[in-house]
Amino acid sequence: MSNLFDLLVAGLATGAIYALVAVGFTLLWQTSQTINFAQGEFVMLPAFLMLAAMHAGAPFWLAIILGILLSMILLGLAFKMLLVDPMMRHGVLPLAIATMALAIGIKEAVKQFFSAEASPFPSIVPTGDISILGHAVSLQSIGVLGVAILAVLGLTTLLNRTSLGHQMQAAAQNPTVARIIGVPVERMILLTFLINAFLVALASLLITPIYLAKFSSGEVLGQAAFIAAIVGGFNQVRGAIAGGLLIGVLDNLAAAYVSTQYRAAVPMIFLIAVILFRPQGLLGRAEERTV
Amino acid sequence: MSGFAKPLKIALGLAVIAGLIFVPMNFNRYGLFILSQWAVMSIAAMGLNLTLGYAGQVSLAQGAFVGIGAYAAAIMTTHGWPLPAAILVAIALSFAVGWVLGYPALRVQHHYLAFVTLAFSTLAFLVFRNESWLTGGIYGISNIPRPHIFGFATNKPLPFYYVCLGSLAIVSVAVWWLIRSPWGRAFMALRENPLRAQSLGIDTRRYTLMAFAIGSALGGVAGALYAPLTQYIDPVPFNLSLSLDLLMMVIVGGAGFYFGPFLGAMIAVLLPEWLRFTEGYYLMLYAVAVMLLLIWSPTGILGILDRYMAARRTKAASALRAVAKSRLETVQ
Repeated sequence: MSNLFDLLVAGLATGAIYALVAVGFTLLWQTSQTINFAQGEFVMLPAFLMLAAMHAGAPFWLAIILGILLSMILLGLAFKMLLVDPMMRHGVLPLAIATMALAIGIKEAVKQFFSAEASPFPSIVPTGDISILGHAVSLQSIGVLGVAILAVLGLTTLLNRTSLGHQMQAAAQNPTVARIIGVPVERMILLTFLINAFLVALASLLITPIYLAKFSSGEVLGQAAFIAAIVGGFNQVRGAIAGGLLIGVLDNLAAAYVSTQYRAAVPMIFLIAVILFRPQGLLGRAEERTV
Repeated sequence: MSGFAKPLKIALGLAVIAGLIFVPMNFNRYGLFILSQWAVMSIAAMGLNLTLGYAGQVSLAQGAFVGIGAYAAAIMTTHGWPLPAAILVAIALSFAVGWVLGYPALRVQHHYLAFVTLAFSTLAFLVFRNESWLTGGIYGISNIPRPHIFGFATNKPLPFYYVCLGSLAIVSVAVWWLIRSPWGRAFMALRENPLRAQSLGIDTRRYTLMAFAIGSALGGVAGALYAPLTQYIDPVPFNLSLSLDLLMMVIVGGAGFYFGPFLGAMIAVLLPEWLRFTEGYYLMLYAVAVMLLLIWSPTGILGILDRYMAARRTKAASALRAVAKSRLETVQ
């Protein structure tokens, strides 16, 4: 039983990181119909920005702030203005392909300008274990879970309890009407891109100490976030959170109880089943389709 | 393309074909390998263009079908079967699996369909990697023989390039015929307006499955040629990125245009090679080039040409109208 408990805690910790990435992913989809195939690379890059700042002599806390700010400029502002804006009105697919190219570009740039090897990354949480209900739980898992929960709580408060959040939701749900009642839709869309950039930078800060900073580490992460977003419900923030936690736990349990060879298959089969039997996702609303 | 005079088009086509046959004769081994790879990828991209460009069904699994074809060919030819038999088996196998994969397309569309096929792609990769009794696992299958065609050995790069080119020619003619047949028109009806297609009596169920199965079968053909081309296969080339690359080829070339896959495969296979002089930067430049191209023309390279032709036609038509109008006025 203690084994199961450890697996659940570890699963929830990775799941919380998946959830952060998946939430950003669904935000972009909702406001601008962007399917961001570079989302995994978006998580990989900020860690390298922070490492670069530290190599330049900045202390860790300053490197974190610089990394997050740079991510918001590059992965939020520049991504939207240079790639999404010119392509948005041409439909979902060309933009999705362009983000695939962007993923290749980011990976290669990191490999060329930084390193092809994995680099260690300092953790914001001290290493060690504490005892909960007689089980040793790593501080890292607790810290990751705590930060992720805070971020998600902050975001849902912003979306549901503030006027700004209501304006963002209006811009996502019905841009035309939102524009008529005076919501600055363009600015709201930009805001979601900045929030996504912030979330991926945060995820990067949390996950990189565990898996090391490597140019190719975005691939697995991006896919996990995709699956989390779809399983939970493509058009719901809380769906993406639930999906992220679920996939994290499922992945860890599958590795322990199914087989290490086919652990990657379990979330995939789950994904296919969800899409076939409940395409709107476990917590999502059915999207209305125009014929 | 109707802006060109017909003889000019035929001359251009013949020049390209002659170029593909005669120019590579003094290429080195590597150049021939790249060009053969272009031919093989064009076949796979043509299949995806049928599924996506003509029938409008998004698939992120074409790379998996290339893998299925490659493993079928590798396993059979290393056990002494001739390559044509292996190609037939690859076609049948990919067709059957593609047909089954088409079933989700009946239920879900667009991005959901993309994710189902993405999941399938990952599952196929896991099977290639883990079922080592069949596929050799991570060690792969080596010493894949190249075929004897009508008694000619094609072990050297140049003869095998002609095998790839010949297969590309056969597939091109078959696809050309298919999209002009009632089936091709049914596929396009499916893409443009499924509801209306159904009300016109087109069995949309059957044609959706068909579009998937035929597109996948062409992926299988490409795979069956890929195995003897590299003479060694392991699971890595058939992971998700191959599916994404093939999708990129179709979109960059121009989805729904007959010549789109040829151009898209050219960009994806040859452009990185041409950029190799920039050393570590070549894939970065390639990625930037693809993004710039898509920003400029989301409908791909042939989309640019199409718009140019349409603009010329409108101009010509309005010129004709102006002439007719002035004539009318002089008569009055």
